[in-house]
Amino acid sequence: MDIFLQQIINGLVQGSIYALVALGYTMVYGIMGLINFAHGEVVMIGTLVTISVSSLLLNAGMPALFAAMGGLISAILVCMALGWGLERIAYRPLRNAPRLTPLITAIGMSIVLQNLAMIIWGRNYMTFPPLLPKVDFEFAGANFTLIQVVIVLVSAVTMGGLLFLVYRTKLGMAMRATSQNPAVASLMGVNINRVIASAFVIGSALGAVAGVMVGTYYEIAHYQMGFILGLKAFTAAVLGGIGNLAGAMLGGILLGLIEALGAGYIGDLTGGFLGSHYQDIFAFVVLIVVLMFKPSGLFGEKTGDRA
Amino acid sequence: MQAKISVVALSVAAAFALSACGQKEEPKPVAAPAAAPAAKPEVVVKLGHVAPMTGPQAHLGKDNENGARLAIEELNAKGLEIGGAKVKFELLGEDDQADPKQGSIVAQKLVDAKVNGVVGHLNSGTTIPASKLYSDAGIPQISGSATNPKYTQQGFKTAFRVMANDVQQGKVLGDFAVQQGVKTVAIVDDRTAYGQGLADEFKKSAQAAGLKVVANEYTNDKATDFKAILTKIKSTKADLVFYGGMDAQGGPMAKQMKELGIKAKFLGGDGVCTPEFMKLGGEATEGHYCSLPGVPLEKLAKGPEFKDKFVKKFGAEIQLYAPYVYDAVMVMADAMKRADSVDPAKYLAEIGKTNYDGLTAQVAFDEFGDLKGGAISIYQYKSGKLEYVSTLGGSPVAVAKAEVQEAVAEVKDAAKAVAGAATEAGKEAVKAGADAVKNAAEATKAAVEKK
Repeated sequence: MDIFLQQIINGLVQGSIYALVALGYTMVYGIMGLINFAHGEVVMIGTLVTISVSSLLLNAGMPALFAAMGGLISAILVCMALGWGLERIAYRPLRNAPRLTPLITAIGMSIVLQNLAMIIWGRNYMTFPPLLPKVDFEFAGANFTLIQVVIVLVSAVTMGGLLFLVYRTKLGMAMRATSQNPAVASLMGVNINRVIASAFVIGSALGAVAGVMVGTYYEIAHYQMGFILGLKAFTAAVLGGIGNLAGAMLGGILLGLIEALGAGYIGDLTGGFLGSHYQDIFAFVVLIVVLMFKPSGLFGEKTGDRA
Repeated sequence: MQAKISVVALSVAAAFALSACGQKEEPKPVAAPAAAPAAKPEVVVKLGHVAPMTGPQAHLGKDNENGARLAIEELNAKGLEIGGAKVKFELLGEDDQADPKQGSIVAQKLVDAKVNGVVGHLNSGTTIPASKLYSDAGIPQISGSATNPKYTQQGFKTAFRVMANDVQQGKVLGDFAVQQGVKTVAIVDDRTAYGQGLADEFKKSAQAAGLKVVANEYTNDKATDFKAILTKIKSTKADLVFYGGMDAQGGPMAKQMKELGIKAKFLGGDGVCTPEFMKLGGEATEGHYCSLPGVPLEKLAKGPEFKDKFVKKFGAEIQLYAPYVYDAVMVMADAMKRADSVDPAKYLAEIGKTNYDGLTAQVAFDEFGDLKGGAISIYQYKSGKLEYVSTLGGSPVAVAKAEVQEAVAEVKDAAKAVAGAATEAGKEAVKAGADAVKNAAEATKAAVEKK
């Protein structure tokens, strides 16, 4: 039982990170029907900026908490600027182009950002400075750390804030209107350029938070770390129903849990026939099964051709 | 006519430019040593050296090249004479970026440059595909760092290495686990040629020694999260976690083991036996073990002297494999000397017969081109440093073993001769005598191994 609980904790933490990244995908998709493949790279840039800034602050003799906040805030600012720039350079000129065109520019931007990060930060693995005190907890035989608790809490709060923004503010209303029909929304006085840009900026800020979480959790960063993370988060968004905020959160946490339980129990369930290298396959089998019965994902709305 | 001449001139210039790209400061583009005229008794021997000179392993690549450079300078200073001509060695350094594709490209470049021999490559992943090209061209290749067994098992006559392979490493690691009083092990590998190969060899050796493998888990060489598989390993209560893979995964894995409260020891091969592992794993690496092929430099007879020379010449500390690459060059030169030829076709056969008193070992090759009795050393991570624990295998033991075997064979022969003439009783006595010698020999062997 304690092992089961431990796997649930593992999955929950991993899932919270996926969910935070997945929100960035789903926000952009919900409003413009575009998959921003460069989002994983935005997360990576967020992590690397945090490393540089907080190391700088730590070396200058600042307390760890201050360095952490400094790193987080500068990462958020850099990523917001990056998100805005991405939209401006790679997507806005192509807003009326066929669907596949911005997809290609998205992949292109992803490669550009990876190489840019390689030039700036080098090819070596980087270690994340210890920003949070290491505190271990034990509960019913399962171990977890302060960082893990912080990750789950920060994810929950951020998601709550995002839901509030979308459903309770004027900007959120404009976003929902744009998502339903951009042409009509603009006729109603909504500045859709601003709405779309703010979706990118907010999504990227969430990516920065996710990047800082990933960095503090694993204490390791690399210019290619965004790719796999982005792919997993995108999967989570599809699982939950891409375009739907609650779906992205649920999808992220589900994917984390499925992976952890898959890696932990697939060997026992199949009598050793399949090992833990099948954990990714296990996650994708679940995704396929869900999509077979609910093609628009768990919480996906029936939007027809347009999302 | 004018146009024709200029075309010819152009193509000549282009050819020159091309060859200049490939080989820096090459006075004679093709120096066929066999055809060296007697009037000019100097032969240029071109040795290719390949290692990653850019990217995350660039420091190791540079280290290898420095090892080769030092050997070549010493050889040139000594002024070897081969086939009646004075020999000048030249190094053609190439960068394979630790990438198998790039490795094959630069290998082809060296083949086209008609090098007399190749030292390298650094990584198993680049060495294995490149070895086919060298084999097809009949160019001898000695690697000072590629440990994957497959390199020498492809049946290429040209492939050699001056370092123990992962079969030997896996076996030594298994024996070491037994020595540590471990009863149950969990094995994790990263599904790469190196990681999986090493983990499989460790598993074989551990099981043969009576250890119980309680978990087999897998990850990949891009993963950062190991909590799920480690949690499973925790439930098996294994005494030891063995990891076949590189430091970028091993470091975080050690850290996550600690976070999950796993008390088991961590053990890995040369891929995690690096300062990088300790950087990534932090204090969670404390007290764990890893192995490196070879004997630590301080323990070698000529080690400290080599270290001084190296540091003085390059102003840099030895990273990892430089002494082995140095030996690889020396072994090649030694074979040329014995063959009295620098022609690959002629001196290749002599490499197989090498018995060279090198810096790192008494270098001799088995029928596959692997180092005979290669040593493996175990290290422990202690306060951010790799601390030497012990060396297992290696030439002293191998030599002792060979001596014991010879002694036993002699006694047996004698016994046979005597038995021909002796009665049944005499036969029994001789047999008993032989057994006694055998036992004594075994005891010697054990003593040497203990040492």
